[in-house]
Amino acid sequence: MEDTLLEINNISVVYADVIQVLKGVSLQVPNRRIVSLLGSNGAGKTTTLKAVSGLLKPENGRVTDGAILYEGHPLENRSPEQITRLGIIQVLEGRQPFKYLTIEENLRVGTATRWGKPYRKDLELVYHYFPVLWDRRKALAGYCSGGELQMLVMGRALMAHPKLLLLDEPSLGLAPLVVEEIFRIIARINGEQQTTIILVEQNARIALEIAHYGYVMENGKIVMEGASETLKDNPDVKEFYLGGGGAGGPGAYQQPKSYRRRKRWL
Amino acid sequence: MDFFIQLLVNGLSVGFLYGLSAMGFVMIFKSSSVLNFAHGELLALGAFVFLSLHSVVQLPIGWAFLATLTGCFVLGFLIERFFLRPLIGEPLIYVIMLTVGLAAMLRGLLLLIWGGNLRTLPDFLPAWMDIQSGWLRIPPVYMAAILVGVLFLVLFGLFFKYSAQGIFMRSVADNQRAALSLGVHVRRVFALSWGIAALVAGMSGIILGLMNGISVHDLSAVGLKVFPVVILGGLNSISGAVIGGLIIGVLEAFTGGYLSPSLRDVVPYIVLVVLLLVRPYGLFGLVEIERV
Repeated sequence: MEDTLLEINNISVVYADVIQVLKGVSLQVPNRRIVSLLGSNGAGKTTTLKAVSGLLKPENGRVTDGAILYEGHPLENRSPEQITRLGIIQVLEGRQPFKYLTIEENLRVGTATRWGKPYRKDLELVYHYFPVLWDRRKALAGYCSGGELQMLVMGRALMAHPKLLLLDEPSLGLAPLVVEEIFRIIARINGEQQTTIILVEQNARIALEIAHYGYVMENGKIVMEGASETLKDNPDVKEFYLGGGGAGGPGAYQQPKSYRRRKRWL
Repeated sequence: MDFFIQLLVNGLSVGFLYGLSAMGFVMIFKSSSVLNFAHGELLALGAFVFLSLHSVVQLPIGWAFLATLTGCFVLGFLIERFFLRPLIGEPLIYVIMLTVGLAAMLRGLLLLIWGGNLRTLPDFLPAWMDIQSGWLRIPPVYMAAILVGVLFLVLFGLFFKYSAQGIFMRSVADNQRAALSLGVHVRRVFALSWGIAALVAGMSGIILGLMNGISVHDLSAVGLKVFPVVILGGLNSISGAVIGGLIIGVLEAFTGGYLSPSLRDVVPYIVLVVLLLVRPYGLFGLVEIERV
C-alpha cells in the first residue's frame, strides 16, 4: 500500500475505567484516500474516531492499550487542542452546529486552530463547494435545514485545513438526494484538496461507492477489511449491510422458512 | 416633573453599573454554566485596590485606574486557573459551592487588610463631567457611570460580534463539544471570560465606590443584586443583563424617591417574581431554538 498517514495498532478503549468498548482495533489509513468504517450501532465506530481526535477525554474515556500513530507521532490520550493543531478534524455525528451563530460565524470558528491568520480564501473555498451556504451566510444556523447543516459542519471542518478528516455519519437523517450530493462533494474534496478521509457510515452502499478501502466493525473489533470492490462483492457484507443478496434472494420472506445467513466471521 | 427626571437619570446611571457587573456574571455563566457567587467581592476588591494604589502607593489617578483593571483581569484569570480548572468535569454544584467559598475567603481577606469601615475615594473626576442645565443636575460620578457603561457595552458588543476570540467564546457557550472538535481552546475561553468578568466588576466597583463610599459589606451586597438583574434580563443574554440592570436601577431610584428609601432593596425582587411568572426565560433569555 501507499504511504500510511494514520496507523492504529491494536487499541483498547475503556469508558469510565470499566466499560470496554474497543477490544484491539487495528487499521491503516493510506495518505489521500477515503477509508470507510462500517458496522451496526454500538460497534465502536464513533469511539474509534474519538480515540483518534482526542474527544474521548471529555467523555471520560481512555485508550488503555495499543498505539495510534499519525505521521509517525503517537496520538494516544493527547488533548483535542493538540490533535486538531496537527491537522486532524472530526465532524461530529448529528451535525452539532452552533445554533445561535450565523452560518459565516460558524465557519469562522473553524479557523480556531490557526487563530489570527487570514481566512477569506478559505471562506471562498467553502462557498465554492457548498454554494447553498453563501445564500444563507447571514442566517442563524439554528434555523437551517438538515442538509444545509451537514454542509455547514463539513465546511467548518474544511476551514481548519485538515489533512485527515473524520466524518461521522454524514448521511444521518437526510433525504436520499441530499445524501448523494453530500457524498459527491466528499469525493471531490478528497480528490481536489488531497484530504485523507475516514468515513463512518451506516449507509454502506453509498460509503463503499466513494471509499477506496473499507473496514467492517462489530462488537468493538474489526471483523473484515478489504478494498471497496472486494467488500461490495462479499456475500456476508451484501447480506448484512447492503441488503438483498444472500439467502433466497427476493421474496425470501414468502417462503415457509427463511434462514438468516450465519455470519462467517463470528 | 423635575424630580421625576432627576430620579430617572440617577436610576439609569446606577443601572449602567448594575448592568456592567451583571454582564461579567452572565459571561461566566454563558461560557461555563457557573454561577459566580463571588462577584460582589470582586467588585469590592477592585475598589479597594484602586484606593490603595492611589492613596498608599500614590500612583496618579490614570495609572492607578489602569493598574487596577489589569490586576483584576489577571486575578480573574488566576482564579479560573487555580480554583476552577481542577474542577472541570466535576458536577456543577461543586463549582458553584467553590465560588461561595471563594466569596467568603475574599471577604475575609478584604476585612483583614482594609477593615470594615466606610472609606471614601478621593474625588478625581474632571469638572466638565458636572452637568447643570436649569433644574437638572447630573453629578460627575453619575455622568462617569453613564459614560463608562456605554463605552464598555459598545466595546464588548463589537468584541463579541466581530473579533475571532469573541466568536470562539460564543461558540463554546453554544456547543462545547463541537467547539472542542474544531480545536477551540475551551479552557482558555473559560479563563478569558473570568478575566473579563473580574475586570468589569472591578471597574463598576470603583465607580460605585465613588458614589457611595466603599465598604466591604456594601459592595459585596451589590454582588447579590446581580441576581435579580440577570434573571430579569435572562441568564444567557448579555444585552439582557444591561437592560435588566437599567430597569432595576430605575426601579430602585423611583421607589426610593416616591415610596420610601427603606423599600429600595425589596421592590426589585417583587418585580422579579412577577416577571418570572409571565416570562420564565427572563426578558431577553434565549428561547430554545428547537428543531422538530
